[in-house]
Amino acid sequence: MEATGWRVADEVLEAFLETVLETDEDDQPVIDFDGLVAERLADGSTYRLETSTTTVEIEASTVANATERSMDELRQSLEPIGPFVTNWYVWERTVGGRETARRAFLRWCEGAPLDDPKVETVASKTDTSDVLDRYDALESGVVRHWGELQITTRLATEDGGCTGTGTGTGTGAGERVYEIRHVQDADATDETLEDHDDPRDAREIVTYDADGRYRPLKTAPTLVAGWRFAGLSGDDLVETVRTIYPATVANWHREQCGDLDVDHWLETAERQTGIYDVIDELPRETLEWLTEACCVDSQCLKRREWEYAADDPIDTDPGDGVFPCREPCSLVIAAARKWAILESEEEKTWELELTTTEMNQLAEIVDAVADGRVDEIREADVYDGANRYRARYLRAKRMDDGSLGEGATNR
Amino acid sequence: MQALVIVAHGSHLNPDSAQPTYDHADTIRKTGAFDEVREGFWKEEPHFREVIRTVESDEVFVVPLFISEGYFTEQVIPRELRLEGWDPDLWESDGTDATEVTLEVGDAEKTVHYCGPVGTHDAMTDVIVKRAETVTDDPDVGPGFGLAVVGHGTERNENSAKAIEHHTERIREMDRFDEMRALYMDEEPEVDDVTDYFESEDVVVVPLFVADGFHTQEDIPEDMGLTDDYRTGWDVPGIVDGQRIWYAGAVGTEPLMADVILERAVDAGADVGDALEQVESWTSERPAAGD
Ligand code: SF4
Repeated sequence: MEATGWRVADEVLEAFLETVLETDEDDQPVIDFDGLVAERLADGSTYRLETSTTTVEIEASTVANATERSMDELRQSLEPIGPFVTNWYVWERTVGGRETARRAFLRWCEGAPLDDPKVETVASKTDTSDVLDRYDALESGVVRHWGELQITTRLATEDGGCTGTGTGTGTGAGERVYEIRHVQDADATDETLEDHDDPRDAREIVTYDADGRYRPLKTAPTLVAGWRFAGLSGDDLVETVRTIYPATVANWHREQCGDLDVDHWLETAERQTGIYDVIDELPRETLEWLTEACCVDSQCLKRREWEYAADDPIDTDPGDGVFPCREPCSLVIAAARKWAILESEEEKTWELELTTTEMNQLAEIVDAVADGRVDEIREADVYDGANRYRARYLRAKRMDDGSLGEGATNR
Repeated sequence: MQALVIVAHGSHLNPDSAQPTYDHADTIRKTGAFDEVREGFWKEEPHFREVIRTVESDEVFVVPLFISEGYFTEQVIPRELRLEGWDPDLWESDGTDATEVTLEVGDAEKTVHYCGPVGTHDAMTDVIVKRAETVTDDPDVGPGFGLAVVGHGTERNENSAKAIEHHTERIREMDRFDEMRALYMDEEPEVDDVTDYFESEDVVVVPLFVADGFHTQEDIPEDMGLTDDYRTGWDVPGIVDGQRIWYAGAVGTEPLMADVILERAVDAGADVGDALEQVESWTSERPAAGD
């Protein structure tokens, strides 16, 4: 990226000089952040500001007695390292919160390596530690996916919009601006989407699926599309994500730091009381079915990290989600209660009068319900076993009072 | 930094169950009294289990948006929040006196001030009265009126009735309504026979529930004879046996509830500046949530 032409904003300049002036003379760099090192030379006469490509030296006396004119000079001398200075300002002053999930998430959003000392792997493949490369990418927008969300990070411009024109200067404060939309709307033009800027609007969006049904599991892959949150600050971005996928940022951050606390099935089940007390009686082998029913990507975007017990893994594919699931959720617990009760029933042998096609039809109906395909079956598609007329015919022919009744006998 | 975490039941089936929690949290957010305000749920997300870790503040005030002390406040919430060293005796309560206990949590470096439920706080009495004012649209409602406070009853825990009695008694002492009664869904005196218990021509019925749902929107109106079928709705006031019944719906939807939540946190040592005054001034103007 062309680093010239950067006019470092006043507040950045002031904060930067203030910090540099605080240097004592123990030879420690006063700033050592994202590739920018600022230190005072041993003789005290000069400050040296160094990046991988550029070194700027400033006389200490100019910094100490800055007048309005010398401020302009200082601003000019900082131009070549403008992106580094504003980048420092954004992370250390605007975002702050070292070692917080919020900061880690915002860094992840723009592909910056996580600067949390607890994070062991410093950079993933997509992370760009070079600030100039990153600013280049921020010009056109860094895109990341979080569940069904597409998050785009850009540099803010004077008018509160985003860059993208290649001027490279932004507001001179390095401020980031974020946009969130549904991944399905990746190619939608802005005007076709419903605009929001208040994170709390997301509550409405997450409550119902496209058919107007309540979504008790926020990580179900049924988030409706057709909206966008534009012009968000970092705090508002995190708040919006928090509303759409509660606690995912916190748990992901713990995972990045290598201290995600996983509660496996057995611990979680044994902890339950009241009406959920029974779930620890659910047989071990049913856990495969339970996770297949609830925790696969088609039903939940979280990546299941819990097993039956630490030394007893579940075979079901845990999913590919970016955020981890650290213990069975309340929905799974509630369903498990039902299954614990059902699994305590004894199996019996039944005798049932059905044609082969009717028997197959039962399987087709179960399939259609389990895959949520019922609404897609066309009215006149009588070739589909789960077609409504086919099901009604079967009921009329074989069922009494809503059960397989007369035809089925228990032997 | 200090955070407020409101913990509530929530529902897998009913999207309205969490609404009062969000509404009151929003009101408190607007006061700016806390650096962070978060909601946590038993049946929604974030779950009780994960809510503390979403907070950056070191000091966390946890206020249960529950009506009474009992199974949830004494077992479920402390266990799921991993409150270390929790014991119900720490509250030194005989059913309605829980105020606060300060503990550490097992999964984060935070100090948690675990507060008593909103339902037993004295300020809740004012919310019930306020609810009567809201539903009658009369700030001076009282003379000529009876007031029934309705609770679930003893089905799940004995303290539920204690909370109802507590507020009924306090309102009776105000000498504001001609008649006062505590009524229940599951025990005598039953809300089904509401008109048997009042002579006043006008009776305000306030269910001491956090959110509107099955009980307050289906059972109680039908049981009282306000409607034959809840789906067709009911009038407010509606006529039952010649008496006018002003059915208020769940008290937890009253905006002034935000005040009780704040009071709980203040009792536990939170510094909220003039937030209480702000909330009172806003909620005296605003119509109730859900009205
Ligand atoms: S337990 Fe399963 S369904 Fe529930 S959040 Fe975790 S992965 Fe998803």
